[in-house]
Amino acid sequence: MSHSLVTMSYIVAAILFILSLSGLSNQETSRKGNYFGMLGMVIAIIATGFSVSMDAFGLLIAAIVIGGSIGARAASVVAMTQMPELVAIMHSLVGMAAVLVGYANFMDSTITVVGVEKTIHELEIYIGILIGAVTFSGSVIAFCKLSEKISGKPLLLPARHFLNLAILIAVVISGAVFLQQTEGDVGSLPFLTHGGALPLVIMTVLALAFGVHMVMAIGGADMPVVVSMLNSYSGWAAAATGFMLSNDLLIVTGALVGSSGAILSYIMCNAMNRNFISVIAGGFGTASGGEAAVIEGEVQPVTAEETALLLKEAKTIMIIPGYGMAVAQAQHTVYEITKLLREKGKKVGFGIHPVAGRMPGHMNVLLAEAKVPYDIVYEMDEINDDFPHVEVSIVIGANDIVNPSALDDPNSPIAGMPVLECWKGGTTIVLKRSMASGYAGVGNPLFVMENTRMLFGDANATMQAVLKALKD
Amino acid sequence: MKIGIPKEMYPGEKRVATTPEAAVQIMKLGFSVFIESGAGVNASIADHAYEAVGVTVLADAPSLWAAADIIMKVRAPFVDVEAGIDELALMKEGTQLISFIWPAQNETLMQALAAKQATVLAMDSVPRMSRAQKMDALSSMANIAGYRAIVEAAQHFGRFFTGQITAAGKIPPAKVLVIGAGVAGLAAIGAAKGMGAIVRAFDTRPEVKEQIESMDAEFLMLDFKEEGSGTGGYAKTMSAEFIAAEMALFAEQAKEVDIIITTALIPGKPAPKLITTDMVKSMKAGSVIVDLAAEQGGNCELTEVNQVVVKHEVTLIGYTNLPSRLANQSSQLYATNLRHLLADLCPEKNGELNVNMEDEVIRGATVIKEGSISWPPPPPKLSAAPVTAQKAAPIVAVVDDKKPNVIMSFLPMVLAGLILFSVGAVAPESFMTHFTVFVLACFVGYQVIWNVKPALHTPLMSVTNAISGIIVLGAIVQLSAPDNLVVGLATLATLLASINIAGGFLVTRRMLDMFRK
Repeated sequence: MSHSLVTMSYIVAAILFILSLSGLSNQETSRKGNYFGMLGMVIAIIATGFSVSMDAFGLLIAAIVIGGSIGARAASVVAMTQMPELVAIMHSLVGMAAVLVGYANFMDSTITVVGVEKTIHELEIYIGILIGAVTFSGSVIAFCKLSEKISGKPLLLPARHFLNLAILIAVVISGAVFLQQTEGDVGSLPFLTHGGALPLVIMTVLALAFGVHMVMAIGGADMPVVVSMLNSYSGWAAAATGFMLSNDLLIVTGALVGSSGAILSYIMCNAMNRNFISVIAGGFGTASGGEAAVIEGEVQPVTAEETALLLKEAKTIMIIPGYGMAVAQAQHTVYEITKLLREKGKKVGFGIHPVAGRMPGHMNVLLAEAKVPYDIVYEMDEINDDFPHVEVSIVIGANDIVNPSALDDPNSPIAGMPVLECWKGGTTIVLKRSMASGYAGVGNPLFVMENTRMLFGDANATMQAVLKALKD
Repeated sequence: MKIGIPKEMYPGEKRVATTPEAAVQIMKLGFSVFIESGAGVNASIADHAYEAVGVTVLADAPSLWAAADIIMKVRAPFVDVEAGIDELALMKEGTQLISFIWPAQNETLMQALAAKQATVLAMDSVPRMSRAQKMDALSSMANIAGYRAIVEAAQHFGRFFTGQITAAGKIPPAKVLVIGAGVAGLAAIGAAKGMGAIVRAFDTRPEVKEQIESMDAEFLMLDFKEEGSGTGGYAKTMSAEFIAAEMALFAEQAKEVDIIITTALIPGKPAPKLITTDMVKSMKAGSVIVDLAAEQGGNCELTEVNQVVVKHEVTLIGYTNLPSRLANQSSQLYATNLRHLLADLCPEKNGELNVNMEDEVIRGATVIKEGSISWPPPPPKLSAAPVTAQKAAPIVAVVDDKKPNVIMSFLPMVLAGLILFSVGAVAPESFMTHFTVFVLACFVGYQVIWNVKPALHTPLMSVTNAISGIIVLGAIVQLSAPDNLVVGLATLATLLASINIAGGFLVTRRMLDMFRK
């Protein structure tokens, strides 16, 4: 394939990717957007595939078929509640691929560039591997945290900021050494005698350690930000690889993904009223000035039958799902209840907090899975002012996103975070397994408010009981 | 101990301090009950109804006052010159008295009672807290007054309250303005609403807005920030600016409404003058004003106490005895309030009064204890409506601190410019072409993503994840390298990226298929 034709294919692919992302901004166009993305990817791979020599062709087909089928299988079996884990582990694959491509490029002896261009090329390799390695190890840790293979509590090493700074300085120094050693060295083998190999390996190890440390220090409640941040990193890794290979499509696509991930992280941080830098630096909830107010008072428990009675009498009902609903897989039962109530002519809506769940938009996906129509699912800003007119709110497995102390207790670790103000309505029913505090480890005065009733138990089991009582 | 219920002597007072039903309950507490003959007649309760439940009926006031240890009344002790009866003179030394007293307004009475070594519990001084609601006679009487105010207004108003379209023409609904949404105001709103009128209400305390709206009346908002809640759930005097704004609102409403019910009272002060002569003049002919604050001087300048007068073609009703005009109902409620207070005063049900000054409710109600004046009580610990004003204050302060600093907002731009410039100074042209593409792509990404609906964040993330699998291109171009190690790494990278591409796109499709209207 001629060079111009390849370039033209790349332009088409890049446009398709842009259309894909813009299509994803709306439910009506989102499916088309996804197909645009697929088409762009196919065009890009075919155009690049023609540049491969005949003997490598078999390898290419084999790798794509095996990889593709693994991916397709993962996509078809994953439960919607596990989406955050899947996305995190996929990010790690991109990171790993970036590292591998970087090393392969480093050892490739066919590349002949000299002077400043060579320096820049080596620097691009170095940066590409650096970002790739951080993305890889960070995503692996995020995956482990999300799948609860390791604790979601932030791991706070003493002097962690100095540790990060030390790693950064070490990376810069080994970068300088790396550039010095590769000076005048053409790619040669064996690997370890290759100029600059040692500093490159040191840097990779440091970058992996940095990725681990960075995500370990971030608390569970900040996971949505971490996931979208790693998404952004995987894009930057692709862009760096593009610079390394002088491939414009890689640069464009990497930049698209990188900036979209960064904006998502920014939107998440805004939703939690938290500074992006402080989320990345880690240690959620440890920097507050004074002692947060101790919550005192008695909770008023309620039974499933009484809940059903309350629902029967109410006209407007708001359901506020949280991660607890995902854990208990209660979304189907919740929708059964919703259907029943809507048939009785009641107004039922879902109030979604931007950071409910473990990744951005997690709750929407779960509700969609349960076939909840998306036009009764509202964003926080759409419905927060309406709570005084809501007669019954049901909080399912959520805690921090309905915590009034975020608004009125300046010492609370979540102070200033906008929350769903369900307590302004008639009665709030909180479904909870026990009286444990939320992911942020913060007490919740909502539970002891006069118009709050606690319904203890597994969310799915209690919702089933409510459904049964409603049908009787 | 013996409880005596005298006949009320105050002119126009028809209530009685106990009913047969309440008397039964009081006797269960161990007291014996005596009543003056004819005490309940005006409230439609005959002597034999009392006798039937075991109350002793005594012939006249002197014998009752002489017999009783505890006197329960509605009005404070009163001197009737014409009938030649002075209740104070009839009172024994050390008598215990429970009635309305109004200690702030009646200092001489207080002194006289103290001189008698009396113990006096004032029903008007029962603290306003949830526990004391069952003995809050002010509320129960205000409720009746509010209801009766509408009945009186309807009596003097020449039209329907409710709107109708009839064969004989259209009847517009009456417009009622209620000023002060306390218990009486809310009762008036309820009664007027029940008769079909259009009701508006105003109050200086913003927290009653919800209560007004819950009764389906319209809350008149004043575009002015001042908190009107005093302690104990009562209103306080407002600033001059606030009152000016308020008066302007009333002046405007007066032209429009047919009936005004005023209930504005500030504890221990004369009633605020809210309806001026000019406002009355501006009202439609045949309009009615019921001034529930008449006893404290009236909310309207033209009100005459205990009179119904017509001035400037507007009927002004200044009755102070509205509860008494529903004597049977108000006697029942008042008797129940007294019975609850007695139950608190006699926890052991042994027929003895225990004026326990440690109890916050009893302490508040007791204005004289064994001859020593104990009024006013210390301020109540709990307010009926919790103060919520300072809620949002700390957050507002934080926002103020973040005023944009001109230098700080330009610094990142300047720095970015410097970096770009220094890169441009050394980098070769080939790099700069790629760099241009890179920067432009970042901006495209920014523009495209900014409007994504939050509901689609997860699909967006998985699709960008799939797209970032584009790194497979980097691996593919290295597949044909001469070196086996390089090819191996490239193959592995291709495999990993392929997982990503297939997985990302397919899971996105799966998710998007689930979204439905």
